[in-house]
This record gives sequence, structure tokens and C-alpha cells, in this order.
Amino acid sequence: MADKIRVATASLCGCFGCHMSLLDIDERILELVQLVEFDRTPLTDIKTVGDCDIGIIEGGVANAENVEVLREFRKHCKVLVALGACAVNGGIPAMRNSFELRECLEEAYIEGIGVANPQIPSDPEIPMLLNKVHPIHEVVKVDHFLPGCPPSGDTIWTFLTELIEGKPIGFPYEQIHYD
Amino acid sequence: MTHEEIIREIIAPSGTSRAAERSQLLQYLCQIQHQCSYIPGDAITQLATRLQMPASEIQGLIGFYAFLHEQPRGDYDILLSDSISDHLLGSRLLLQQLCNRLGVAPGVPRADGRVTVDTTSCTGICDQGPAMLLNGRVISRLTDRRIDHICALIEASTAVTQWPAEFFQVDDNIRRRDLLLSEETAAATMDGKALRVLLETDGNAILDVIEKSGLRGRGGAGFRTGMKWRFCRQAESDSRYVVCNADEGEPGTFKDRVLLNSYADSVFEGMTLCAGVVGASRGYLYLRGEYRYLLEPLQAVLRQRREKGLLGQCILGKDGFDFDIEIHLGAGAYICGEESSLIESLEGKRGIPRNRPPFPVTHGYLNQPTVVNNVETFMAAAKIAVLGADWFRQAGTPESTGTKLLSICGDCERPGIYEYPFGVTIKQVLEDCGAVNTQAIQVAGAAGTTLPVADNGRRIAFEDVSTGGSFMVFNNDRDLLDMVQNFSHFFVHESCGFCTPCRVGGSLLKNLVDKLVNGHATHYDVGEMKQIGSLMKRASHCGLGSTAPNPVLDLLNHFPQLVESRLAHSGYEPAFDLDAALQEARDITGRDDPGAHIRTET
Amino acid sequence: MSSKNTFMLDGVAIEFSEGDTIMDAALRSGSYIPHLCHNPEFRPHGSCRVCVVNINGRQVSSCTQPASAGLEVDNSSEDLVQERRNLLQMLFVEGNHVCPGCEKSGACQLQAVAYYTGMLSPQYTHFFPQRSVDASHPDTAIDFNRCILCELCVRASRDVDHKDVFSISGRGIGSHLVVNSPSGKLGDSAFAATDKAAHVCPVGAILPKHRGYEQPIGSRLYDRSPISIVGDVAAHESDDQGDTHGR
Ligand SMILES: Cc1cc2nc3c(=O)[nH]c(=O)nc-3n(C[C@H](O)[C@H](O)[C@H](O)COP(=O)(O)O)c2cc1C
Ligand code: SF4
Ligand code: SF4
Ligand code: SF4
Repeated sequence: MADKIRVATASLCGCFGCHMSLLDIDERILELVQLVEFDRTPLTDIKTVGDCDIGIIEGGVANAENVEVLREFRKHCKVLVALGACAVNGGIPAMRNSFELRECLEEAYIEGIGVANPQIPSDPEIPMLLNKVHPIHEVVKVDHFLPGCPPSGDTIWTFLTELIEGKPIGFPYEQIHYD
Repeated sequence: MTHEEIIREIIAPSGTSRAAERSQLLQYLCQIQHQCSYIPGDAITQLATRLQMPASEIQGLIGFYAFLHEQPRGDYDILLSDSISDHLLGSRLLLQQLCNRLGVAPGVPRADGRVTVDTTSCTGICDQGPAMLLNGRVISRLTDRRIDHICALIEASTAVTQWPAEFFQVDDNIRRRDLLLSEETAAATMDGKALRVLLETDGNAILDVIEKSGLRGRGGAGFRTGMKWRFCRQAESDSRYVVCNADEGEPGTFKDRVLLNSYADSVFEGMTLCAGVVGASRGYLYLRGEYRYLLEPLQAVLRQRREKGLLGQCILGKDGFDFDIEIHLGAGAYICGEESSLIESLEGKRGIPRNRPPFPVTHGYLNQPTVVNNVETFMAAAKIAVLGADWFRQAGTPESTGTKLLSICGDCERPGIYEYPFGVTIKQVLEDCGAVNTQAIQVAGAAGTTLPVADNGRRIAFEDVSTGGSFMVFNNDRDLLDMVQNFSHFFVHESCGFCTPCRVGGSLLKNLVDKLVNGHATHYDVGEMKQIGSLMKRASHCGLGSTAPNPVLDLLNHFPQLVESRLAHSGYEPAFDLDAALQEARDITGRDDPGAHIRTET
Repeated sequence: MSSKNTFMLDGVAIEFSEGDTIMDAALRSGSYIPHLCHNPEFRPHGSCRVCVVNINGRQVSSCTQPASAGLEVDNSSEDLVQERRNLLQMLFVEGNHVCPGCEKSGACQLQAVAYYTGMLSPQYTHFFPQRSVDASHPDTAIDFNRCILCELCVRASRDVDHKDVFSISGRGIGSHLVVNSPSGKLGDSAFAATDKAAHVCPVGAILPKHRGYEQPIGSRLYDRSPISIVGDVAAHESDDQGDTHGR
């Protein structure tokens, strides 16, 4: 058998639900690991992404660190995939786009219930927030989009098998949903 | 007078039917805006009650027309013409100067309520720009000196009536005359000559002559005028209408302005002729708000015609030949030049293009058969009725008979009005207007065609390069991207918003053009522009959306090297400025460490 | 009906009566042409453009185009489907559509038509406009983030309810729905939850309060079968009410 396909995944501004769904392909994961090996993912412990065949991104772009990780992925992955509603269109986190960033931060750190020491954090260790949350294709080129919040295990499975087998990507009706 | 009194007077019941009053709504609003500098909430409530219509619909009207406002404008309300032709003459610097001198930001009234400064789409003064509208009146030939003078007058609260008359001077600048404008034929349509021919013969005879002349609409689409009149005449109804389209909103077009200024009598003669032929008793001239300064003189011409028995009851003594013309003002909406939007606007509504069929010739104003023609078309028809089809056909090509008025501006020595036989080459036109070192020509305005100078062998004609009149010249020192950007912004501003491809696609396209101008577009973005542009062309509801992508597509197709030289070198560029997107967070946290910035990728 | 009154839709003969549009005839014969602003109970509008079809190399909106004998209508070529997908993508990026947080999800016509055309992502650059929610009415809320300007509520309130509760203001990309009341709020208007206008919104912009997420995921209107089979959401709304508005 040829070399295994290298896959990396990352969660940007998302809830990890898409990664959970990735695990939801159940026993098929065994089939999958026959074909692929994982580079950086939250599931492995590799911290930097190496050259990969497929990069899978969960979550939208909300801060400077997200931008950096996303760019690294784009640089190292032949195929980049937006996985789930947040990566595809910003998702729930993008609901903050209706507000000024200052309003959001004040609500969370100053006016929030039970805030002990009200101040907006400014530690250089903390990733800087973008004024809006963006889908990942507004920052880097994206090759494939898998909608869903999260996409079902079946959807992910259909996609991965088609991609790996070099078939055109297509889904049965029930596998496309935006929620 | 207080605002209350003004409003009461303007909307005083006219004794006509509610439907008739309803179609005056936009006219009421224009008057209130003109006299109060905004439409007070009170006026909206009163009008809603009077016309028994929802107040929100009146607000919808105000929100649609750029010249109507629910908030007060300054006592001096300045709108600087923002067409590319004004840009070429330095208008953007003048805008800055104006804002700096007066201490205002564009669009925001000064705190003391004295003045607002804003921009507006092409005002049609392109041959003597840069131009502005001051409380609805045109000021031409702006220079930095003139701007300083204007600022001083404003600060001194000098009444506009006391301003130097030369500020308001608008010249005709007719540079070449042919069939229509020649001195010899000037008398042909005077004193109702065309109407006399009609009365000596009959409507059918006139229709035959017009059809034989091959006259096609001068507003752009080139529909056969004889056929249009015949359809209207044949349509079942007891009331028909004749509408003159004087909306002239296409950037770079100003020939109707000149015709209305100096040949209004011939234009009205043409409308009356049409009325006699199709059997209409009522006509409208839809005058773009930018040309409000022509309103009084035009009304004077109408009065004279009434006095001479050329309008009103029993025209020229003929029993049953009753026709009169009313002038309706537009209020800053290019889309209202589209004939079905124009009709909606005449009915006092938002100018949303109608679904067709049915067409205006059978279901137009108030759902009655209506002829809508361009100003120049009516004038030509009047002359043809008197001078004959052969006289007209002596000029032009078999497909495009007669002559065409071009309004020429941009990089040439002699901008102005040129009347040419159809079929004239672009090369000839360029020579005549004194264009040197030409890079490109924009024919037919923002909705038209951009041609590289290498195409100057092409001809002005319906079958080759068609135009409603606009002809703009760009020399080699110009950046064509400025033009394309100006036009993309124009269309976003002027889209009526009814249909998806134009409303949303137009904005997406504009943003991509901005990206290109800023040096951030890639080949990927070029592909997107082509895709969005072609979707707009195919799927839009009306001519605005289907022509809006033309300047972008022409740029991409005819000037590939120029585009290439402006592309970013990376394969893909973000849709927004990443580092700028952190500015808000930097302001809030006070951070400026490396982590508080995002590098551009190289 | 004679064969004179038929046209071809993707090679299938469709019968029509005098005065029918292509859409009318197609829907009656059980053929599906995707649409959003069209609802057979109302006068055709023609604004969403999702129902464009090709006739002789020209594109027309089938909801406004009169049917005529012998037309060859293309309703399914790959280019056309792509074009419709692009139009849908435009509608998605124009507003703020966060389906995972929307009560209409699963029974939303915008979503359903997008599924039908195989749209996987809005893909254009999002506008993320600042829009509001109007919760002033006791029974009905309007989330302007999701309004696609189909004007069905405008038409229903004007033509059926005779209340004129809604109008459109602004123009171009600034076009927006406005409510006819002194405050501009729905709660101050003549609107009632029993109005026709409360039951025609194809998306989650006009929604009943105190309801939502009633149908479990998997059994919602469009979860299992595409809109070409299920039909418009408004038609099901009418069933819900048990009223006689249905076609
Ligand atoms: C967006 C748009 C703007 C238009 N503007 C004008 C205009 O300003 N003046 C005009 O005569 N025709 C304009 N037209 C063309 C009119 O719809 C119509 O064809 C014309 O008035 C008919 O008159 P004609 O046959 O004499 O040309 C416009 C069309 C479109 C689609
Ligand atoms: S194309 Fe559509 S949105 Fe644009 S002006 Fe025409 S009807 Fe309005
Ligand atoms: S209205 Fe429809 S498309 Fe928009 S968020 Fe709700 S479910 Fe999604
Ligand atoms: S609220 Fe709903 S029905 Fe009304 S225009 Fe918006 S999308 Fe259409």
C-alpha cells in the first residue's frame, strides 16, 4: 500500500463539536486510520503542523492566533477543509458581530455578573481579538466546505472517503444541513 | 413662513381625486424638501392621513430618493457631483477643501445647522465641471478660488439670491450641428408646424413618415419610435399618456440638458404630436431633480405654448385635440430613467422597475397605454413630421438613420455637444473634440462600453457602438481603475435593491474592485469578478443590473495587462485588512506589542 | 386541453392555461422550479431571481414569464443550478444567517432551496450587517438579520389582511423592511398573530414567540426530503392553521 495520507486538524473559534463529530464516525475510524495518519491535531499532541495532504479546520477566525494557525495550515496542507458552521460562515461566535467589540468585552469583563476584578485583560499572552469573527475562507483559500453544526459523522465520512478515493465530492440529501 | 405653513400650503387639497393626489406624493415631498430642507415627521403624518396611506410607505419613498431626507440638512445644502468626469477635473480635492474650510464631514450637517456637504451621482454638467448642487441649483466650473468664495458667502450667511450670477451659469457648448440643431431647420418645428402637418394629414400619415424615417429611440435602447407609437395607438383604452424621459442620469450624458435649455419648444411639439397621433390628452415631462434649475424656464415655455393654442383644449382650434403637459421632478434616482421605474415614480412611488410584460405601451402610467420617449426622440419626431423621412434618412446608416447628439467630456480640448450622422467613427469624434494622447473611450456612460483607443475605427451606431449620448475620453495619464471604481460605486448607490443579483452582487463586485484598486486582488478575485458580473448580466431584473458589471468586465477583457500589473503576487489575499481588524482591540487594551499586530504575508 | 397549450420544461411537456406563468403551470403539473419570493397565493414578484430559467439562450424569472406554446425551457442545466446557488449564497452573506441558532432551521425555505441546489457554503465575503430584532409584539418577533426582502409579508398584509403593516424603505444594499407604526415597532402596529402576514415568511424573520425548536432534528419539514417533494413552507403553515388559505 502507498504511503498513508497525512491529516492535520485544528479548532479555531469553535466549540470542539466538529472534532467530536469526527470521532462519531465510530468504528469506521479504524478503517480511517488504515488510510491516514494524523499530524497536528487536538487528538494527538503534535504542536506544529508539518507538511500534510489534508488540513481540517473547525471554527471561525476570531483572533490573531487563529489567523496564525490558519495560515500555517494553509502553508503546509495540500487540501484545506472548512469543517462545520463556524469555519464555513462564522457560526454562533459570529453572532458577536452585531455588537462593537468594546460592548462584548465590557459585558464579559466589566458588567458581567460576579466579575471580581472588573477590567478588560490586556496581557500580551492573550490573543488579540479581531473586531469581527470571520469564516476561514475570508482569510485563506479553502478547497472544501462541510457545513453543519456539527456536520454528522456520516457527512464527514462521505467526504473523507470521496476525497481519499479522488472522487468528486457529493453528498446524499440528508447529509447536507447547516445546523 | 413656518414649516407648518409651508407644508399646509403645499399639501392643500387640490380638489382632484385621491388617486390623482396620490400620484402627486413625490412632487409634494420634493417641494417640502426644497422649502424646509427636510421632510418633517409632521408632514409625513399629515400626508398619510390626507392620502389614506401608511406613513411607512411615505418613509419608504423618502428612503428611496437620495434628495429626500427625514433629518434636516444644512441651510446651505451642498452636493458635489461625484462622477468620474468631475474627478478628472479635480473634484475630489475640492471636496476636501470644502469640508476643511467649512469644518464639516461629508454627509453630516454642521453643528450650527448652517451647512451640509455631500456628494451626489453625475449632475450632467460634465463639460463645465466640476459641478455642485447648492440647495438644488447647479454651480458649474468649480475651482479652488470659487470654493473659497462659496465658503465665504456661506459663513457670511449671504442669501443664495445674492450670489454672483456667473456661478450658476450653464452653457450649451454646442460644437457641431447637423440635422436637428442646424440653423436652417430651426424654424421647422416652431409655431406648431408639426402639429399643423398632423391636422392637415392624419395620425396614420404621421406614423408612416416616422416609421419610414427609421427613427429609433435616442435614450439608449433604440426601440423603433414609429412602432412604439403605433402599439400605443392600437391599445384598447380611453386614456393614454405621453411621457418624456428627461431623467438623463447616465454619467457623462448632458445632451437633454441642452435640448431642454434651448429647444424645449421643439421637444414639447414632439410630445404634442405624439399625443395627437396616439390619442393622449395628458403628458408628463419627468425632469431629473438635478435639472431643477430648468423647471421655471420650461414652465414658461409651456405657458407660451398654451397662449399660442399649442397646448390645452382644442389645440390649433381642432375640436377634441386636447393635450397638456405637466412637469414632474425626480429626486436623485438614476433607476427612474428606466421607463417602468419612471412610470412608478410618476405615480408617486418608489422607482422599482415593473415586471414586463405587460409593457408601458399597453399598461403604463396608471395602467393605461403610455409612450415613453427620450427628449431627443421627441424633438427628432417633430422635425421628421415637417421635413420628411427622406430628409432624416440622408444622414446615418441604414440601421441607424439620422443623427445622434453626443455629449463629450473628459480629456479633450473642446467638451460639449456634437451632433453627428450615425456611423461616424470614434477616430473622427476624437479628432473633432481635440483629444490627444488618448488611452480609452467610455461610450454610453457607466452602463456602456470601454474601448481601447485601438478600437477607434469603430462607429457610433446601434449596430456597432451604441450610445444614449455619453462619450468620455481618457488620456494615457489616467488610471482606468479610477473610472471602473467610480462606476462600481455609482451602481451600488443607484441600484434600486429589488433583485438579488444587482443588490448583493453589485456590492460584492464593488468590494472586489476596491480590493483591486488597493493592490490586494489576486487571480482568484478576478475569477470572482467575472462570475459575479456574468451572473448580474444574465439574472438581473432590469437593465441597471444587467449593465452594471460592464465597466469591470470590459476592464478585465480589454485591458488585461493593466489588471495584471495591479494584482497582488500571492495566490490568495484575505477579504479584509487583518491588521486593521485588530485596531479596535488595540484601542481598548492599549497593547501595541508584536502580538497585537498581524503581519501581511509575503 | 389541446397540445397547442403546452411548453417543454426540461424535455417534459407541461400544459398551461391562458394567463399562466411558467411557474404556475410547472407547479400545477408537479414540476419543481426553485423559488423564494414566489407564493402561488400572491401576485408574482420576481425579485429573488432564484426561479430563473433559460429560454432560447435568454434568462427569465419563471414566476413572471407568461407561458406560451412551444417554449423550450431549461430548468436544470449545470450552469443554471450554479447560478441559483450563487444567488442563494448572495442572500446568505447579505444577512446574518446563523442556522444553528435559528428557530426556523429545518423548516426554512432559504435553507431548503440551498440544500436542493447543493450549496455547501455561502463562500462570498460576508457583509455582517448590523440589524436588529423587534420583540415588541406579544405574539410575534421579527429578526431582521434573516429577512431576504421577498416582500411576502408586505403583500400579505396589504392584499389579504388589508392592514399595510409592512413596507420597504431605503434602496440598493440598504433596502430594508419597515413596520408601519408610530414607533416603527411591531408591537405598536395593527399586526396580529392571526394575520396572513404572520404565516408567509419563507425564512426565520417573522416568527411566533413562545414556540420554537418544537420538532426534533431529523423530523423537521426538510430534514429527510427535499423541497422539490415537500413543497413550500408557507403551504405547510396553512395546514398548521387548519385554515382555508391553502392552494
Ligand atoms: C437603468 C436605466 C436608466 C435609463 N435612463 C434613461 C434616461 O435617463 N433617459 C432615457 O431617455 N432613457 C433611459 N433609459 C431607457 C428607457 O428605459 C427607455 O428605453 C427610453 O426612455 C425610451 O425612449 P426612447 O425609445 O426614445 O429611447 C434607461 C434605461 C435603464 C435600464
Ligand atoms: S437590476 Fe434589480 S436591483 Fe438592480 S436596479 Fe434593476 S431591479 Fe433594481
Ligand atoms: S432564516 Fe433560514 S437560513 Fe437564515 S438562519 Fe434561519 S434557518 Fe438559517
Ligand atoms: S420578513 Fe420574511 S416575508 Fe417579510 S420580506 Fe423579510 S423574508 Fe420576506
